[in-house]
Amino acid sequence: MFALVDVNNFYASCERLFEPRLEGVAVVVLSNNDGCIIARSQEAKDLGIPMGEPVHKVKDVLRRERVRVYSSNYALYGDLSGRVVSVLKRFTPYLEVYSIDESFLDLGGFTDPAAHSHDIKDTVLRWTGLPVSVGVGATKTLAKAANRIAKKDPALGGVFIMPDDPDEVLGNLNTDAIWGIGRRLAARLDRIGITTALDLKNADSKFIRARFSVVVERTVLELRGTPCLALEMTVPAQKGIMVSRGFSRRVTDYRDIEAAVATYASRAAEKLRRQGLSTNKMTISLRTSPFSPAPERYANAAGFVFPEATSDTTHMIKAARHCLKKIYKPGLPYQKAGVFLDALEDTRRIQRGLFPPPGVDPDKSRALMKAVDRINADWGRNTVRFAVTGMQRSWAMKQNRKSPCYTTRWQDLKQVGG
Amino acid sequence: MPSDVIISGRARDGGAENTTAPSALPLYAATVQAGFPSPADDYLEGALDLNEHLIPRPAATFFLRVTGESMTGAGIHSGDLLIVDRSCHPGDGDIVIAVVDGELTVKRLYRRRGRIRLLAENPRYQPIDINTGQDLHVWGVVIHAIHSFV
Ligand SMILES: [Mg+2]
Repeated sequence: MFALVDVNNFYASCERLFEPRLEGVAVVVLSNNDGCIIARSQEAKDLGIPMGEPVHKVKDVLRRERVRVYSSNYALYGDLSGRVVSVLKRFTPYLEVYSIDESFLDLGGFTDPAAHSHDIKDTVLRWTGLPVSVGVGATKTLAKAANRIAKKDPALGGVFIMPDDPDEVLGNLNTDAIWGIGRRLAARLDRIGITTALDLKNADSKFIRARFSVVVERTVLELRGTPCLALEMTVPAQKGIMVSRGFSRRVTDYRDIEAAVATYASRAAEKLRRQGLSTNKMTISLRTSPFSPAPERYANAAGFVFPEATSDTTHMIKAARHCLKKIYKPGLPYQKAGVFLDALEDTRRIQRGLFPPPGVDPDKSRALMKAVDRINADWGRNTVRFAVTGMQRSWAMKQNRKSPCYTTRWQDLKQVGG
Repeated sequence: MPSDVIISGRARDGGAENTTAPSALPLYAATVQAGFPSPADDYLEGALDLNEHLIPRPAATFFLRVTGESMTGAGIHSGDLLIVDRSCHPGDGDIVIAVVDGELTVKRLYRRRGRIRLLAENPRYQPIDINTGQDLHVWGVVIHAIHSFV
């Protein structure tokens, strides 16, 4: 038995935790560069503000309805996300963190899943202040569908257990409400008479496999209650790209370390492009030997959130230098540096911000990177490289409406009247 | 705010305490110099960890900063750091973070014979009465206040 626990309107709910005034008020959160709407409170959804909409298109309704608008505050969301996972781990160690606000739990041993689910929901709300919905089913696909139902119908109190015979429930869901069935696939299914999740469940799985794919066949079996997808309790490698090397000798000079970090960053960017991915976040780490005497023992890391997802080597190098400046201390014998890219997404699906950072033309940069990769493939790696110097202009990310980092910065703590 | 503990005027004090097992926090043993085992190694216990001492439930614990003088009688001064545990059940006499007029405020909770008040700890400030039919939202329970002298 699986449960999917999903925070309701996650980013908007995070913004409410330290601002009780936002309760019952429409709240939206904007993308990295304040371009598009990426999260909405229930009240904002009820106003008909669409997901992913560029801000300028909904300016009037935002103003008229006095919607509270926030820039995204990933430090806050990341911290609260970790807290939710910690609370869930008190219930079972068998847990898969599926996304920033969703976790699958294996409820195998519990006799009363409904009572247990309510307990989970109440505890997360009490401890972290975040409202969650819990969906339970015999497979991950059924749990995900149950979660959707729990969210849609307020009368259910945030919990829905898929019945042993789910046919009536599945008959009321369209196929695109099912995990892994996108809009285009749903349209193709519809053309052969498969409209509801129940139709899909009753379809001939061999036919589905032949006509579509083994992935869709798996969905059919999961809808029938046959688990095909196990909990993935470790983070798959896909979720991040790491390039980290020890230096052949101890290195102290800033220029040398900068060159190393820039090289690793370019390598990471190449890996990214080869997989058709872009990154939202880079982390640079730097350390001396853990066995060096205490005054020389040092390890630190700094992160950078890109204004929009990128796979451009020039962006990577700029961000890497920006991070390195924060953590480099002069005079130490450094042994190792690393570049880590995460929050990866499919480059073709990136939502472009309304206001790309100054000097960045995404189409031009993509064309340039393609050319660089082609030359390097033909002539050998590093035939074309980027001069690390002369790229001093740092980006100022446009984030005019960001809430304080209440949980990660001392100077940002919430003030309470006494 | 549905996430808060809601105490209704008149409600009987019947809520069960939130029982929680202490969470395991790692102890940090001192790094041992390679090649020179110290005779003290067998007695290593790890340095004292203030987090472990003050924060039994990190997932539910938040830091807030006080501004104002209404709680000086309880030893809470303007600028102090409050350690607030949201998992604790607020009882009579607890110092709590409550929501008053959409703002967070720190006060002592009075909760006896169905009567609910928020008390200041400074004679210059009036208590706040929660009337019948009104709800009091308690955001969390203050488990420590940290006052700095430097
Ligand atoms: Mg969610």
